[in-house]
Amino acid sequence: MTTQASVLANLAEVRAMIRKHKRNDFIFSIIGLLALMLGLLTLFTLFIDLVATGYPRFSLDFLTNYPSRKAAHAGLLSAWVGSLLVMLVTFISAVPMGVAAGVYLEEYAPKNWFSDLIEINVTNLAGVPSIVYGLLALGLFVYGLGFGESILTAGLTLGLLILPIVIVNTRESIRGIPIAIREAAYAVGATKWQVVFHHVLHYASGGILTGVIIGMARAIGETAPIITIGALTFIAFLPPSPVSDVAPFINVEWLSSGFTVLPIQMFNWLSRPDHAFHINAAATGALIIVVTLLMNATAIWLRYRIRKNIKW
Amino acid sequence: MATITSPVKAESRDLNFYYSSGHKALKGISMALYEKRITALIGPSGCGKSTFLRCFNRMHDLYPGNKYDGQIVMHPDNTNILDSGVDPIEVRMRISMVFQKPNPFPKSIYENVAYGLRVRGERNKRVVDDKVEEALKGAALWDEVKNRLHDLAFNLSGGQQQRLCIARALATDPEIMLFDEPTSALDPIATASIEELMSELRNKLTILVVTHNMQQAARVSDYTAYMYLGELIEYDDTDKIFTNPGRKETEDYITGKFG
Amino acid sequence: MASQVLQKPAEPTISARLAKNVRRHVLERVIEFILMLAALSAVATTISIVVILLYESFTFFEHVSLWDFLTDTQWTPLFENAHYGILPLVSGTLTTSAIALAVAIPLGTIGAIYLSEFASHRTREIVKPILELLIGVPTVVFGYFALLFVTPLLQRIFPELPGFNMLGPGIVMGIMIIPYISSMAEDAMRSVPMSMREGSYAMGATRFQTAIRVVAPAAISGIIAAYILGISRAVGETMVVALAAGQQPNLTFNPMESAATITAYIVQVAMGDLPHGSVGYQSIFAAGLVLMLMTLTFNIIGHITRKKFRETY
Repeated sequence: MTTQASVLANLAEVRAMIRKHKRNDFIFSIIGLLALMLGLLTLFTLFIDLVATGYPRFSLDFLTNYPSRKAAHAGLLSAWVGSLLVMLVTFISAVPMGVAAGVYLEEYAPKNWFSDLIEINVTNLAGVPSIVYGLLALGLFVYGLGFGESILTAGLTLGLLILPIVIVNTRESIRGIPIAIREAAYAVGATKWQVVFHHVLHYASGGILTGVIIGMARAIGETAPIITIGALTFIAFLPPSPVSDVAPFINVEWLSSGFTVLPIQMFNWLSRPDHAFHINAAATGALIIVVTLLMNATAIWLRYRIRKNIKW
Repeated sequence: MATITSPVKAESRDLNFYYSSGHKALKGISMALYEKRITALIGPSGCGKSTFLRCFNRMHDLYPGNKYDGQIVMHPDNTNILDSGVDPIEVRMRISMVFQKPNPFPKSIYENVAYGLRVRGERNKRVVDDKVEEALKGAALWDEVKNRLHDLAFNLSGGQQQRLCIARALATDPEIMLFDEPTSALDPIATASIEELMSELRNKLTILVVTHNMQQAARVSDYTAYMYLGELIEYDDTDKIFTNPGRKETEDYITGKFG
Repeated sequence: MASQVLQKPAEPTISARLAKNVRRHVLERVIEFILMLAALSAVATTISIVVILLYESFTFFEHVSLWDFLTDTQWTPLFENAHYGILPLVSGTLTTSAIALAVAIPLGTIGAIYLSEFASHRTREIVKPILELLIGVPTVVFGYFALLFVTPLLQRIFPELPGFNMLGPGIVMGIMIIPYISSMAEDAMRSVPMSMREGSYAMGATRFQTAIRVVAPAAISGIIAAYILGISRAVGETMVVALAAGQQPNLTFNPMESAATITAYIVQVAMGDLPHGSVGYQSIFAAGLVLMLMTLTFNIIGHITRKKFRETY
């Protein structure tokens, strides 16, 4: 029979050991948090550095000037207009296609080798380095289809690049919709497409939007594939306007125009030896970070809200 | 309770328990566990018997927001193991547990049994070897696994896995062992072997077992407690509970009129 | 009124409905077909990538023997006496990736263990979105950081470090990959069933012991999958190395030297004015093919490991 004394002696030993183990727990949790925060710290340092360096260029002129040989007069006008137009093409090409593909895979595709094949492709495409998309575009769009080094080429390239993101997000948000909702719609005589269009897509729209924003944020910062298609980096003109004042008011000439985009402009300034251009690069970097962080933050907030509000 | 001859090993005193949802799962439970005896907890599902069992090794501490109110006092040292000053790890080193579903670790048979010793920092291979063998023998598993101690534990059958988990819990010489419906995931033959094992363990330590199976409680336990809706309805000798219950509710449950 | 309704001839209504049904049916099939085409775009993209890379590389290998490509230790396509040995580019790629992984694997794993086993629900809710934000930062700005911040900082410690080197971009790439590895490894550890953790805690284990001795081993294949997918990212990363590691192919594994990676070489050629159809132009496709094969291998192994892991739990 265990005596009180022996139990207590044993307990004292156990307590000392637990204290030691708990110290390990504490030390580890500090290290763990630091490891995770290293990225945040880096981003913070980077952003401060960009702002501190690029500060002299923060003015409206920087946004309304064309690039120039003189760093102090150079601006981002052609770059941000180019980015906007490229994004427009990317949006138009990737979103309908990606959503349609996601809908097909979730709602229509029979579960067989065929859907497996598509699924494997989507997963693999998400892991293909972005520069390989650049090579694809160089061979296919620039020379194969003769689109040249144009806004159309760049937009389509980035469209392909973010297609897996849109598809995966579409599928995930559709998957969250309970089968009962579909059954309810079928029960009142809706066809499959009506069920999908009126109900599934409607309820999944928030999640799809999240994916679209994340994809667009990715596209806006992508540099490597755009360089690879041979985008010019010194563009001192704007593409023709997409809208004209004579009928039919829509102009497609801009699609075949040469262009530059924000990250390319930054890369270009950054690869010059003259430090004055590094200041321009820093200011551009700060702008790119703000834009992408805002877009991603919106997406994350949106997803959080959807998760919170919708309880099936 | 006339036949009680054994000293009290642990007792709960007016124990209330609240889940983080606010649900009050235990309502003023006071009962004693007797040394080297088997106490069974029975009652319909949701009655709080598992919740009560899991208070004994502070398992509820793993999930934020759960709250104990009351005491569980261990003897002979009179420690209130629910006291916020008492580390749950200390409690778990004294009171081990066997779960509803066998949950071996993704390690070898040997390392599964040695786990508790490793956690306590035991490095001496001889000591570990001896303890592992002793625990496996105690769990009636030694003969079946002695030639493949370094095989993955997942390769064992369900009943063997559960006996392995018992060996794991035995290896550290606990004062009390908790069994949370230990046979509900097993076939009848494996169940019989676990029950036999529990009866043998009675000579070594104090056991608290939750079971949904009344015959099991009747077969293995010395004392039985009937719980309903978070309350302890009746606690007495197993024979008495099953032959001549003092409360109408207990009788209804035992005879299958309810539950 | 009721009798009037009954007297209405029923037949035309039914056939009209039927006709509409047929139209409906056809429309449904057309829609399904269009959606299927959209889904096939993923397959088409993969095929296009493979075809383009193979086609251009094929012409490249008409000029350069495969043997020279794989064994020549120089890569000088822009010189008079051009050499096309992929090894210097591969060494640059592997060295920068190795540095990145030396940073990202330990820190990413520690971070994942912290998130999965130590962090409170609240901390996790705050940290995870931050990780997602970090994953979204464009790599060109990290290139700036490597070139103009980290390298000067490193030069204070190693005064002989050249302005272009593999160490700085390697470290920055590593920091970029930490969130990626930790969030995937965390997913793997979180899917380890709670019953296994309870088993460990019930034995009196601490969080650290439970995490290291039970949860991490149980999730090991998922964690390794995270590493492998991290490697694939490091290998394919372009802007950081193109900006900060230099663009001179250099057969070296010394992180203190400058060297070009496969990706940096592609960028360099693309920025130049090599004529379409020249061997130099085709060489970037051959380089791209090697890159694609490397990342594809890692991706496939990574996904198989992950799938196997998911089947376990």
